[in-house]
Amino acid sequence: MKYVDEFRQQSLARRLASAIAAEVEPDRRYHLMEFCGGHTHAIFRYGVQDLMPDNVRFVHGPGCPVCVLPIGRIDNAIHLVEAQDVILCTYGDLLRVPAGGKKSLLKVKAAGGDVRMVYSTQDALRIAHEHPGRQVVFFAIGFETTTPPTAVAIKQAQAERLENFSVFCNHVLTPAAIQNILESPEVRELGGVSIDGFFGPSHVSSVIGSRPYEFFAEEYQKPVVIAGFEPLDVMQSALMLVRQINAGRHEVENEYTRVVTREGNLKAQRLVAEVLELRRSFEWRGLGMVPYSALRIKQAYAQFDAEQRFEIPASKAEDVKGCECPAILRGAKRPSDCQLFGTLCTPENPMGSCMVSSEGACAAYWSYGRFRRPATSPDAAA
Amino acid sequence: MAKRFPLRLNISQGRVDMTHGSGGRAMAQLIEELFVRHLDNPLLRQANDQALFEVPAGRLVISTDGHVISPLFFPGGDIGSLAVHGTINDVAMSGAQPLYLAAGFILEEGFPLADLERVVASMSSAAVKAGVPVVTGDTKVVEKGKGDGIFITTTGIGRVPEGVNISGDRARPGDAILLSGTIGDHGVAIMSSRENLEFETSIASDSAALHTLVAEMVAVVPGIHCLRDPTRGGLATTLNELAQQSAVGMLLREAAIPVHPQVNAACELLGLDPLYVANEGKLVCICAKPDAARLLEVMRAHPLGRGASIIGEVVGDSHGFVQMETGFGGSRVVDWLTGEQLPRIC
Repeated sequence: MKYVDEFRQQSLARRLASAIAAEVEPDRRYHLMEFCGGHTHAIFRYGVQDLMPDNVRFVHGPGCPVCVLPIGRIDNAIHLVEAQDVILCTYGDLLRVPAGGKKSLLKVKAAGGDVRMVYSTQDALRIAHEHPGRQVVFFAIGFETTTPPTAVAIKQAQAERLENFSVFCNHVLTPAAIQNILESPEVRELGGVSIDGFFGPSHVSSVIGSRPYEFFAEEYQKPVVIAGFEPLDVMQSALMLVRQINAGRHEVENEYTRVVTREGNLKAQRLVAEVLELRRSFEWRGLGMVPYSALRIKQAYAQFDAEQRFEIPASKAEDVKGCECPAILRGAKRPSDCQLFGTLCTPENPMGSCMVSSEGACAAYWSYGRFRRPATSPDAAA
Repeated sequence: MAKRFPLRLNISQGRVDMTHGSGGRAMAQLIEELFVRHLDNPLLRQANDQALFEVPAGRLVISTDGHVISPLFFPGGDIGSLAVHGTINDVAMSGAQPLYLAAGFILEEGFPLADLERVVASMSSAAVKAGVPVVTGDTKVVEKGKGDGIFITTTGIGRVPEGVNISGDRARPGDAILLSGTIGDHGVAIMSSRENLEFETSIASDSAALHTLVAEMVAVVPGIHCLRDPTRGGLATTLNELAQQSAVGMLLREAAIPVHPQVNAACELLGLDPLYVANEGKLVCICAKPDAARLLEVMRAHPLGRGASIIGEVVGDSHGFVQMETGFGGSRVVDWLTGEQLPRIC
C-alpha cells in the first residue's frame, strides 16, 4: 500500500521546521487551533510540537465526535438497550464513554445488554437481516465524514424493506461548531482564549469542500488552512498559517489538495441532503446548545428514525463534577489544567469523554505527552 | 491388545458430546483414538493421571497459559500450535530449556471431531518440531453455548542453565534493548481472518517456539538481564511491564523497530498502532550494552531472529516511562495499552 510513510519523512519535517522557525516573528505568539481530533492525534503521536518554535502553540479543538456527544445521548442509547431490548450497533470508541449513573455501554453489555461493536453501517444492516425478530438500532455519530454512510444505510434499508432497522442519529456539523467557538465570550473578549488561525478538517472537507469555511474566515478574520491528517500535512499547514498571520491575511487555503476541492464531494452531499436535514438546535458537550449544528432523519424516512420509532425519555445526566471536558473542548483549558486529569481520570477509568477516544485531547496528552522530555530537536530550537 | 472399542470414533462426521467428558468409555475412546494417537510419546503412554519422570539437577521453572483464540484456525497457525508455542515461550523467557508440556482441553458440546483432530494434530507437530512432548492432559466437555468451541490450557516445565538469572526486574540504565524481528504479524493475521473484518493480506502469524533461539543467546551471553515475549498488548505493553518491574525508563527509536509493510498498511487502515498489536514468535531482550553486539549477531544467525535489531536503551526515570523518538523527529510517551485497541471512527 502506498502513502503510509510518504507524509511522515523526517528529512522533510526538518526542512519544514527550519522554514517555520525562519518565518515566525520572534516577539509574536501564534495560537493555532486544530479543530479535528485526527490532527490532535497526529500532533502527539509524531511529536510535532517538538519541531515547532516555542511561540507556535497548538490549541486543541472540539473535533472529536465521541467527545462532543452529550452524556444524555449515551443515556438514551442505554435506555434503548435496557428498556426497549434492541440490538444496539455502535462504533467501538463509544463503548467506554461514561454515561449517567456510572454506566457505560461496555458495562451494559457486560450485564447482558445486546450491544455490538461494528466497523461500518453495513455490519449493522447485516445484523438486522440476521435477526428479523429483533429491533436493531445503529448508533450514528460523527461529523460530515461519517454522515454519507449513514444516509446510504437508511436508503438501503428502505430499498430492502428492512422493518427492524433504525438509526439513532447524532451527526453533527463542523462549520457551526467553529463559528460557535469564535462567538464564545472566551474568544471574543480580550485576554481570553486567543486563536490566531485554524487547521481546517481534512476528512470532513473531503465531503463538504473548503467553501463552507470562507464565510467565517472573512467574518471573523481568522485564516483557515485545510490540513491533511499526516504529520507533514500539519507542519506544512502550520507554515501556511504563520505566513497568513504575518501578512495579516485571513483566507481559506487548502493544503490537502490531494483530496479536498472547493466544492467537495457533490454526490455525497446530495445523498445526505436527500435523507437528512438540519436540526434547529443540538446539544454539544462543551459548547452547549448550538443552533443548526446537527442533522436528523427526514420525515420521508421517519420509519428508520429510532427517535420516532421508540419512546426515549429525556436524560437528566450531568457532567462529572470537576471534569473540565467542556472547557477543554472549547480550547479554553488544557487537559493538564483539570484537577481530575491523571488522578481520578485516566484512560482506564475515564470520567470525561476527552479521556476515552484516542482523538480526545486528554487521552492524547495522557498517552503521548505527559511528563515530556524538554524539546531536544536542535532544528526546532533554531 | 484386544480391540477395546468395536466401532472406531467417527472423526470425519462426529461431534463432541457430553459423554466425551463424563469419564466413561466414550471419553477413554476419544483419548485413545484421538489424543494419544497424535500426541503419542512414552510418558503419555504410561496412561496414568500424571506423568512420571526423573528430575534433572538444578533449577526448574514452570509456567501456564490459557488459549482462547478466535478464530481457531488462522494464517500461520491455529489454537493447537499456539498452545504449544505460547507455553514453550513463557518457559524459555527465563532462559530455560523447556522439558515437558501438560495440556487441559475444555471442549464445547457439538464441536466437530474433525476440527478437534486438526487442532490436536497441529499440537503434535508443533511439539515434535520443538522437541517438547505433551506428557499428560485432561479433557472436559461443557454444554453447548458455555464455551467457544475449544479452550486449551498448557503448562510447561523447563530447566534453567547454571549461571543464568533472567528476570523482569534486572533492567539497568545504560542497558541495550533488542527485539528479535518484525512486530504485529500475529495480531494482524488474526484480525484479517475475523469474520466481520475480513481483509486480504498475505501476512501470517509469527507463532513459533523461541527456545532454540534463547538457548543460543544464553550460550553466548549467560548474563542476559531480561527476556520477554511481547504477546497481548504488543511491544509497548511488554516494555512498560519491564520498565515498571525494574523501576527504570526506556528510550526507543521508532525507526529501528521493524514492521512489515503489510502490517503497517493494515494498522493504518484500521487505525491501530503496531506497537500494541500482539506477537507470538518474537522476543525482547535487555542486556548490558557491551553484550548487545554479540547477541545481535547470534540472533540474526538464527531463523527466528533474522530481523533482530537494537531498538533503544534503558534510562533512569523514576516515573518508569517508555519514551520514543518518533520516525518523524519528535518524541512521545509509549503508554500501556488501555482496554482493547479499537478502530477509530474517522
